[in-house]
Amino acid sequence: MNNFNLIISGVGGQGTITLLKVIGRAALLQGLDFKSSELHGLSQRGGSVKTHIRIGENISSPLIIPGETDLIIGLEPQEALRTKSFAGKKTVFLINEKVIPVQGKEVDKSEIEKWIKKIPGEVKLINAFSITQEKLKNSLYSGIFLLGYAVHNKLIPLSIDSVKKALEETIKPDYIEENLKALDLAKGF
Amino acid sequence: MHEVLDNKKKTILLGNDAVVRGALESGVQFAATYPGTPASEIGDTFYLIRNANKELKENFHFEYGTNEKVALESAIGANFSGLKTMMSMKHFGVNVAADSLLPLFYTGVPNGMVLAISDDPGCFSSAQSEQNSRAYAYMAHAPMIEPADPQETKDYVKYAYQISEKYNIPVIVRLTTRVSHQRMPVDLDDLKFNKIEADFPKDKPDQFSTMPPYTISQHKELLEKIDKIREQEAEVSEINKMHNEDAGDDMAIIASGVSFHHVMEAQKFMGLNIPVLKLGWFYPLPEKKIKEVLSKFKKILVVEELEDYVEKEVKILAKDYDVEILGKEYLPTAGEIRPENVIEALGSFYPPKKLEVLEEEKELAKRFPGFCPGCPYWFLFNTVKQVAPKNTVFGGDIGCYMMAYFPPFKLQDYLFSMGSGIGIGHGVKKSLNLSGNNQKVIAFIGDSTFFHAGIPALVNCVENKSNPLIIIMDNSITAMTGHQPRPGIDKEPNIEKIVSGIGVKNLKVIDPINQEELKETIKDFLNKEEVSVIISRRCCKFAK
Ligand SMILES: Cc1ncc(C[n+]2csc(CCOP(=O)(O)OP(=O)(O)O)c2C)c(N)n1
Repeated sequence: MNNFNLIISGVGGQGTITLLKVIGRAALLQGLDFKSSELHGLSQRGGSVKTHIRIGENISSPLIIPGETDLIIGLEPQEALRTKSFAGKKTVFLINEKVIPVQGKEVDKSEIEKWIKKIPGEVKLINAFSITQEKLKNSLYSGIFLLGYAVHNKLIPLSIDSVKKALEETIKPDYIEENLKALDLAKGF
Repeated sequence: MHEVLDNKKKTILLGNDAVVRGALESGVQFAATYPGTPASEIGDTFYLIRNANKELKENFHFEYGTNEKVALESAIGANFSGLKTMMSMKHFGVNVAADSLLPLFYTGVPNGMVLAISDDPGCFSSAQSEQNSRAYAYMAHAPMIEPADPQETKDYVKYAYQISEKYNIPVIVRLTTRVSHQRMPVDLDDLKFNKIEADFPKDKPDQFSTMPPYTISQHKELLEKIDKIREQEAEVSEINKMHNEDAGDDMAIIASGVSFHHVMEAQKFMGLNIPVLKLGWFYPLPEKKIKEVLSKFKKILVVEELEDYVEKEVKILAKDYDVEILGKEYLPTAGEIRPENVIEALGSFYPPKKLEVLEEEKELAKRFPGFCPGCPYWFLFNTVKQVAPKNTVFGGDIGCYMMAYFPPFKLQDYLFSMGSGIGIGHGVKKSLNLSGNNQKVIAFIGDSTFFHAGIPALVNCVENKSNPLIIIMDNSITAMTGHQPRPGIDKEPNIEKIVSGIGVKNLKVIDPINQEELKETIKDFLNKEEVSVIISRRCCKFAK
């Protein structure tokens, strides 16, 4: 298989590291190689976070070559757009619609929409925030929901069984059930 | 259970956790650190698991030290008394610890000791400089090896303990952000536990004292030790490895650290197959091994992050060979090296391959790092901004509060190193006073930073008589680096006792949500003839 390159982007505190751990564990369960690169400290403090994830065979660099990204999961639209310098014409964007305003700036939704329209490849805009808020009473599950979406729609080379098992092995016992629900919830979309 | 304690055959580990696992598989008994990203999770994981089971509880001790020098000294003491030790820190910590680090290599160690040091090319989690800590290997004659990923990290830590025990010398495992914060599947071996049996040896009185003229003979012995390690270990070690050995024509690459993986990735992308010598040993350098490569090729490209230390060494080794050594004219010295940098460099020698990338949205609003919602610093900086005279000099220091540099506050006129907010603030205020200039100085410092390096600077203000206003931000925690405890956290608030004990008379403890009191106190203290201190006390929401 060709190595699969994924970027998860969001704002510090949106749970990108948990997602990354679940994906890594799932890859391992499927016997795949895995490498990722994340940032801690100052870079996390409410700033933009971008994690690089690579799944496949004999992976060398933990960093993705610009243009070679297969899938971008944007937990926030502006952060999704910020990863454009790593995307190519074929990159798929899976974007959580909910905007998190940048401090001191008015949100101009129509401008964000205009920019998203300019993306040449496939774009899936999902209102993960509202869906998880409504059905699970907690929008913190947006990330897991989007991962579920990616798995169910085969945007990522991981099976739902391995992701579920990985989740059970990675997440604190008290939160497993709700996370599994978020994964299943994504099935209908 | 933390993945670092997994009893599976393989698990996914963060580079920093691989340091911990490597130490535990080697039977480490005593670990110390002072937090600092990108090395923080080494200590944090030790802290999390220190009591996780009976074996750890009985055979292992971990502590956060007050600063890196103290943490290193603690590890040295434990080692001298018979324990297998580890000390970890970020690059700037090495500067703080350096005064004890250099003599440590002179005395050597009777038991295994590994130092894990993480540099931050690209300054992802550091402000002060893009320090290349490899230079300490030269200055201290410190054996230093550089892993490229978590699997290597775990293997190298174990190897480092072997070298350390065999030659009675500490070994540095030098990491970088992209190794420390990289994850991959790592093969696991069994954990080892050794009963703690300490006894400080009194039989060789000179062993642990660096006293001239003995110092000079220790220096000489150290140089001989390094030569021996070069010959018997670095030259024959499998951690210096040739890849694509039989391929290629007249060019080869020498790479170290994570750059090696970028080199392999770039080659795959460009369809190349160039021989690569991956250097695991940085100091002492395997000179013969490198000469072997020099004798076979016409051109060598050295790929290493930050300053060109390896390149310079290779150039010296190359003088007897018909070979051209290239490096930093094709690759950046400042900033990290990424796969795309290597692709561009290789494009000068092989058919270039263009990256097909979407255009960035230039108008996209930039997100600055900022204070968390509910952070006590919002109240403090708001108030300071309101009451401080316009031309007040604001001394920054290292911690979450340095984000006051960004909008909306912009309250930072200088930033250097831990404790320097007060140190430099004194020099500024003293000079202003000497010239009769009434400009004010406010120096900010966090509680952890105060314990780390602020106390001597405050003593200096008192002794050498200047009068900045110092605001100690006591949020009960070392927040910026991942919410580690700070000294004295489970005791009575003790900062004010220290401050008044030093001789500071203008002292007030204020909860920053009491903005009126804070305002009045700032106004009052800015006009004092002697140094004044406000302890702004309110917990970080992450403090337990
Ligand atoms: C010599 C050195 N060691 C460690 C660090 C990493 N570091 C960055 S901020 C910080 C301390 C922050 O604690 P505190 O002063 O309490 O401020 P807070 O983040 O809680 O506001 C540390 C240790 C450093 N920059 N320099």
